[in-house]
Amino acid sequence: MSTPPLERTHGQRLLREMIRIRRFEEACAEHYSAGHIRGFLHLYIGEEAVAVGVMQGLTPADAIVATYREHGHALARGIGADPLMAEMFGKQEGCSRGRGGSMHVFDAATRFYGGNAIVGGGLPLAVGLALSDQLLGRRRVTACFFGDGAVAEGEFHESMNLAALWKLPVLFVCENNLYAMGTRIERALSQTDLPAKARTYGMPTASADGMDVTAVEDAARSAAEQVRAGNGPFFLECRTYRFRAHSMFDAELYRDKAEVEEWKTRDPIALLKARLEQAGLLDARELTAIEDEVRGEIARAVAFADAGTWEPVEHLTQDVYTPAAQEANRG
Amino acid sequence: MANGPTRRITYRDAMREAIREALTRDPRVFLMGEDVGRYGGAYAVSKGLLAEFGPERIRDTPLSESTFVGAGIGAALGGSRPIVEVMTVNFSLLALDQIVNTAATIRHMSGGQFSVPVVIRMATGAGRQLAAQHAHSLEGWLAHVPGLRIVEPATIEDARGMLWTALQDPDPVLIFEHQTLYNLEGDLPADAGPVDIDRAVVRRHGGDVTVITYGAMLYKSLAAAATLAADGVECEVIDLRTLRPLDMNTIFESVRRTRRVAIVDEGWRSGGLSAEIAARLAESAFYDLDAPIARVCSAEVPIPYPKHLEDAAVPQAAAIVDAVRALLPAPAPR
Ligand SMILES: Cc1ncc(C[n+]2csc(CCOP(=O)(O)OP(=O)(O)O)c2C)c(N)n1
Repeated sequence: MSTPPLERTHGQRLLREMIRIRRFEEACAEHYSAGHIRGFLHLYIGEEAVAVGVMQGLTPADAIVATYREHGHALARGIGADPLMAEMFGKQEGCSRGRGGSMHVFDAATRFYGGNAIVGGGLPLAVGLALSDQLLGRRRVTACFFGDGAVAEGEFHESMNLAALWKLPVLFVCENNLYAMGTRIERALSQTDLPAKARTYGMPTASADGMDVTAVEDAARSAAEQVRAGNGPFFLECRTYRFRAHSMFDAELYRDKAEVEEWKTRDPIALLKARLEQAGLLDARELTAIEDEVRGEIARAVAFADAGTWEPVEHLTQDVYTPAAQEANRG
Repeated sequence: MANGPTRRITYRDAMREAIREALTRDPRVFLMGEDVGRYGGAYAVSKGLLAEFGPERIRDTPLSESTFVGAGIGAALGGSRPIVEVMTVNFSLLALDQIVNTAATIRHMSGGQFSVPVVIRMATGAGRQLAAQHAHSLEGWLAHVPGLRIVEPATIEDARGMLWTALQDPDPVLIFEHQTLYNLEGDLPADAGPVDIDRAVVRRHGGDVTVITYGAMLYKSLAAAATLAADGVECEVIDLRTLRPLDMNTIFESVRRTRRVAIVDEGWRSGGLSAEIAARLAESAFYDLDAPIARVCSAEVPIPYPKHLEDAAVPQAAAIVDAVRALLPAPAPR
């Protein structure tokens, strides 16, 4: 795989994907306020270029391990807006049958292994998925997304070490948005150069501008190629920023409005739109068509979720164990 | 138990044979853990397997309990059949996040899309003067968690047979091996195969008192039963084998006949497995009982190092004898 030059169809597709995530999450926020979505809701707004860029370097056979801020990864990976929104609403038509909600999106068809609400918890899982690929002789990549906050967890270090030691095909994608909830990276990490940390485990690294989708795409493609070629894991840092609060409960007392506004001038959607327009790859009519199409898709997803059904309460104890084993395991 | 030909074997060797059989039968199976390869396993269970199966399938890991247990879970999701060895249950606490938050939850959270067919083996229990950080019995804690299956082979036959059954289970199975049982010798039927991991087993029949136990405490309970039998008191001794799910039917059936129960558990009494069993008996078999439920558990202390204190901390046959006698209607002859 090589990097495609920014051309019309591809450029517009990247733009559409980012807009889908943005509009999907705006709808989530709206329906959260309306009480249709409950629990913790972590929006990805501002970080869309990371998920969309990274997914370009992956094939359907690859695996994804994500965090609780995973709507963007899920949509970019190809989970439909309908089952994803139904999951937000907790309906049984959701991709996890409504069992997981916002933080636990799973989808076997796209090899999407969560949706993990334990910071750092997905890293060992990604190492294991990759180990299984290596053992079974499959040329696949496991892409593991996590934040800068996860870098302080023991599991980060254990997983870096094991993946590098065993040369496992893991693409570690660190979404460095500078904050772990309200704790800025300098207040949490003695070494804030994250690729430098990964390099101490002997793995190749790269750092990409996470507000520039094509920069992420380029970096992720070449990283994934290296991983797929059997060179072991790769650590890709994407420098990004979340425009919204950590979750819907966060009053955002820990950062300046001015800082947020500053970053918003680097909005990944606005940046790509401007680039495409300047290059003559997007005109006003096409943009309107994309926006309309996405608006329709999200409206349909909300209607789908709204019309969805609650799982019968008699199903409560299903899928604690696999059906054959379930009967015996009620105790 | 066995009628046909048998052969003499230790619990350790039975366990090793079980692992060897699994590796031979299914190419997706591999063993992973600290020092399982070159060292031969902390308890020498995997001794020799590295030479036989190579480092891909007998995989030494760094000291990273959380990640290698989590990697086992991930590998199971990816289609492998990992056997993960954690040196002792004490160290598994470093991997509790992966066991409790990941292995036990994925099936449910994913709406049934993913099963986690991982087997995690670990040593448990006191009796070798290893002191408090190497000698606890925490399997009752893990038996608290829905989504996990917890088994504890007490006999040679179960040590040989439970692993394969566990590997066939699509869900996470934790196998606890009591440290003092590895040297146990017994007769294994030549045709021994996979064993049931759903049901408890009556290891000794008797009509006077039901003694419920598991793991190494089985042998102390059987010794107590032999002492009591000399006085004309017949104990029925139930080996739970599976701590989650609990096979309450075997217990209820026995209690309906004996009407008296003693629970022997190396775990602590407070909030322990014995409390769970006693509560279920109180809930569902209250009117079958002619005496209060007796419990013989470890003393509420971290297990001490000196032998006399360690012995005092964990249930001994004499304490079981006393507990059973106290349940009887009239003082037993001495
Ligand atoms: C093990 C653990 N500790 C604490 C939390 C609470 N928590 C949820 S998100 C979060 C911040 C994580 O920050 P980061 O990894 O940078 O990801 P981001 O939210 O910025 O995407 C914390 C502390 C948790 N979910 N899991």
